[in-house]
Amino acid sequence: MDPAQVAETLKHGAVPTAWYLALSAVLFVIGVAGFILRRNIITVFMCIELMLNAVNLSFIAFAHEHKQVAGHLFTFFVMVVAAAEAAVGLAIILTVFRNRSTLNIDEIESLKN
Amino acid sequence: MFKLWLIPLLPFLGFLINGILGKKLPKLAINAVAVGSVLASFLWVALVVGPSSDWGANKLHAHYFTWIASGNFHVGWDFAVDKLTMIMLMIVTGIGTLIHIYATGYMDHEGGYYRFFAYLNLFMFFMLNLVLAANYLILFVGWEGVGLCSYLLIGFYFHKKSATTAGNKAFIVNRVGDFGFAMAMFLIVIQFGSLDFTPVFTKAPGAPVETLTAIALLMLVGAAGKSAQIPLYVWLPDAMEGPTPVSALIHAATMVTAGVYMCSRSAVIFLHAPAAMDVVALIGLATAVFAATIGITQYDIKKVFAYSTVSQLGYMFLGVGVGAFSAGIWHLMTHAFFKALLFLGAGSVIHACHGEQDMRHMGGLKKYAPWTCIVLACASLAIAGFPGTSGFFSKDAILTAAYEHAPWMFWVGVVTAGMTAFYVWRAFWMTFWGEYRGHGKPHESPMVMLAPLMVLAVLSLGGGFLFNVPEILKDMFPLKEEIPEEHMLMAISVAAGLIGIAMSWYMYVVNQELPGKIANALGGLYRLVDDKYRIDEAYDAAIVEPLIEGSSAVLWKTVDAGIIDGAVNGVGSQARGIGNVLKLIQSGNIRSYATWIVAGSVVIIIVMGIAGGVR
Repeated sequence: MDPAQVAETLKHGAVPTAWYLALSAVLFVIGVAGFILRRNIITVFMCIELMLNAVNLSFIAFAHEHKQVAGHLFTFFVMVVAAAEAAVGLAIILTVFRNRSTLNIDEIESLKN
Repeated sequence: MFKLWLIPLLPFLGFLINGILGKKLPKLAINAVAVGSVLASFLWVALVVGPSSDWGANKLHAHYFTWIASGNFHVGWDFAVDKLTMIMLMIVTGIGTLIHIYATGYMDHEGGYYRFFAYLNLFMFFMLNLVLAANYLILFVGWEGVGLCSYLLIGFYFHKKSATTAGNKAFIVNRVGDFGFAMAMFLIVIQFGSLDFTPVFTKAPGAPVETLTAIALLMLVGAAGKSAQIPLYVWLPDAMEGPTPVSALIHAATMVTAGVYMCSRSAVIFLHAPAAMDVVALIGLATAVFAATIGITQYDIKKVFAYSTVSQLGYMFLGVGVGAFSAGIWHLMTHAFFKALLFLGAGSVIHACHGEQDMRHMGGLKKYAPWTCIVLACASLAIAGFPGTSGFFSKDAILTAAYEHAPWMFWVGVVTAGMTAFYVWRAFWMTFWGEYRGHGKPHESPMVMLAPLMVLAVLSLGGGFLFNVPEILKDMFPLKEEIPEEHMLMAISVAAGLIGIAMSWYMYVVNQELPGKIANALGGLYRLVDDKYRIDEAYDAAIVEPLIEGSSAVLWKTVDAGIIDGAVNGVGSQARGIGNVLKLIQSGNIRSYATWIVAGSVVIIIVMGIAGGVR
């Protein structure tokens, strides 16, 4: 995308789709990195939400680009699932903390072997 | 029509009723079904089929359905009755009825009563099928079926290891013979394109001699298996493990004569293969002598009669081999009378001595079991060829025919006749004369056992006068013309029999130390004969052991345990090994799972990027 075209687009008060996608990718990678590197379950959980929202962003960007409504629909679905997941996930985290007195993800490994 | 199908079907119904319902039926009902069905088929044969005049020149023939149809080759379920079949039918159903009646008394105290009679009826069904068959395949069905029943009944006391082993032995040795018979049938199909008796025997005179000889020799292999001839006779003495009525019916009177019947039925083929005829005669003669010598040394009363059966079957084959088919069939019939009587008498003796079979523990029974003594004397006279008895006529017919064929065969036959008289009368003297040497008090058998014995005794004595088989069969097998030496030959064979009886009387009644002295003097030779020439041991060493060794070393340890088990177990242990490596991935560490997912996604994206991706 050449700078002249970008400048033209910005002049009309719109952000180019590629920028949204780039932001989405950055957010997603931050989410992945946090998921892999952090040990606190709450943080890991937040990273998952971050990844979901990164994907949502790219859905919206594409929907706007192609002038189609499907992307919005997907986003709503993802948000509903994420809400449900948050409810269940936080409940699980609470229970785990009560039983094990820890939130360190590396110590919860009873499925091993 | 004469409803020929009724003849085998009646015993088969008896088998079904007793086999399926027998456990719940009272003994009386089992007896009624078992004896009644056989008696009914005997009466059907004797009163309905027998008197018809139709089966003279053109025989009774009935086609029921086509069993196999393949191109031009057809095999139907066909029965036919000619005079030869008629004689066999009368023997099988007649003697079968008597033995069924006897068995109701003999088996009274045995377990598995209904099972015994179900098997016996099944045997009758297959045997009647065998003799009624109008083609080789139906004959073969009966042939295999009687083998099965023989196996089942030898192993009737299945809790006894020796009985089951004997059953297996009979079955396996017969397989060797049946292989020969099956090969003969294949050759017949190739040569004649049919298995029906009529076309085969019509075309046989025009066929090449080599093919006919091959067919005849292969048939002889089959006959030698079923009729216990050298080298396949080994199963018959062991078959005495079965109940005594079975020994009488199957292993003396009927089934073992199937080989002789088959050879006589195929007379046309044999007559056009002179080399095969010589082999038949030689094998018959060799078996007759060989088994007679073993019979002399045995002490088990049933074993004596078993070797006697082998020896007498040898006689029949000698008759067939020298071309005297009707003499062979005649001897088959008279032998059925007196050998069934000998076995049933032996059963009565064993019954009297509380299950004892060793003649050294018998003796003096003429006082305790007079009727058994009398009927056994009749049978022993008949088998010794005493003038006027049934055995005299048939044996003389065979020996005369042998003399015409080759005088030396006659002389060997005469010596065998002497030995036969000797060992049978040896058994008689040891059982009935002297003092009782066994345990308990011997007793006479019940009337239901004695009555069939008396009928058989009459037939043993008068069977030669009543049924002149060569005369009956003269349409099929032309009568031999009289030869000038005939009366001299007759005198010689009678003399041999009388000398045998006299010698046994001298050795086992007058001078009882003599047999022991002779045995000692002969030393090794006696022990060799006493051990039945160690043929069983030789077969074990030459055939059975190598087979077991081979199958255990090659088939079991190499092929089964090595290759097959190795492959199956190898797959298992390989899967386990792979699993052991793969399970390391399942660390339980969520972050490592996530890493794998990311790595996997990256790989997929890279691959799709290289491959061109989704458009």
